[in-house]
Amino acid sequence: MKPEDYSERDVDIDGWPVHLITYRLDGKYHTKADNVSPGANLARIVADTKQEAEDKAIARARELLGRTRRNAV
Amino acid sequence: MAQYAHPEMLVTTAWVAEHGKDPNVCVVEVDVDTKAYDEGHVPGALGWAWNTQLCDTTVRDILQKTQYEKLMRDSGITKDTTVVIYGDSNNWFAAWALWQMKVYGHKDVRLMDGGRKKWIAEGRDMETTANKATPAAQPYEASAPDLSLRAFLPQVQEAMKAGNTVMIDVRSPQEFTGEILAPPGLPETCQRGGHIPGAHSVPWGKACNDDGTFKSVEELKALYGPEGADGSRPLIAYCRIGERSSHTWFVLKYLLGYGNVKNYDGSWTEWGNLVGAPVERGAAQKAQA
Repeated sequence: MKPEDYSERDVDIDGWPVHLITYRLDGKYHTKADNVSPGANLARIVADTKQEAEDKAIARARELLGRTRRNAV
Repeated sequence: MAQYAHPEMLVTTAWVAEHGKDPNVCVVEVDVDTKAYDEGHVPGALGWAWNTQLCDTTVRDILQKTQYEKLMRDSGITKDTTVVIYGDSNNWFAAWALWQMKVYGHKDVRLMDGGRKKWIAEGRDMETTANKATPAAQPYEASAPDLSLRAFLPQVQEAMKAGNTVMIDVRSPQEFTGEILAPPGLPETCQRGGHIPGAHSVPWGKACNDDGTFKSVEELKALYGPEGADGSRPLIAYCRIGERSSHTWFVLKYLLGYGNVKNYDGSWTEWGNLVGAPVERGAAQKAQA
């Protein structure tokens, strides 16, 4: 099987840049959300539609990013 | 365009598509996200989990020699096997695996340029079946660890005092300054934020193009040279736990061909938790003229 309908985009979640990669594989949409730099994985979601996969990935990323504390430097 | 110092350390996705199932080739996926392999991988590829198979899970350390030898044998790898490693996040943990294989002296181990991302973006074949290797007939005998590739805390402390080594902090700028203690969204794993005094900030991802492949020699020299990393002095790369810095170590060692490059895998989770260790906060320093 081959991945299809590949897309990438950057979104801003509460001031954090997040990179989304989505593709369809074997009838399901896979979305990976990472925090761009340094690139750590935030969420990996499999869903029936692209919209659903990306919405869930963004929600999970927002939950994790909300725990990140910023210190004054 | 100049060629990488060691172009043989990279293969293209097209090469893997053509040769990935050759008898003497073993393709291995190593991801940050250890479940990505299960959702689809290069046909025939094995999957190694960085957090269980590529470290000592009792003592904080890389694989012990005997553990490494077992992993190789169980993976059907002999000393003569061409091992091609790839993974997500632009080969971040793939580089960690390659670094360990070089520490233990494997001759022919390479990265698939662009990693998992490029393979998927190109719409290449994938499979979901987890592949299990037939163990090699003979035991794998690793070399004694090559410690010229690895920096331990005392060496880093000495290098900081002496000032004759260029230390490259490859974490994000916010981690470098101390604004955050871990990559956004990940648990905090150190007590203090900042960087090793004198270190230079060159985030690891700057070495990659948008498609995940490595930048050209000219671009890499322009990236690292102004920070003092031009091969004229010893280099130590570090990050949080040593995996992002493996990626930079690979670039400096094999793409630019600098001779004395070490990966400090203790990295910030070691330094940032030490009682009394000097810490510098704030913006990056500029290279000494």
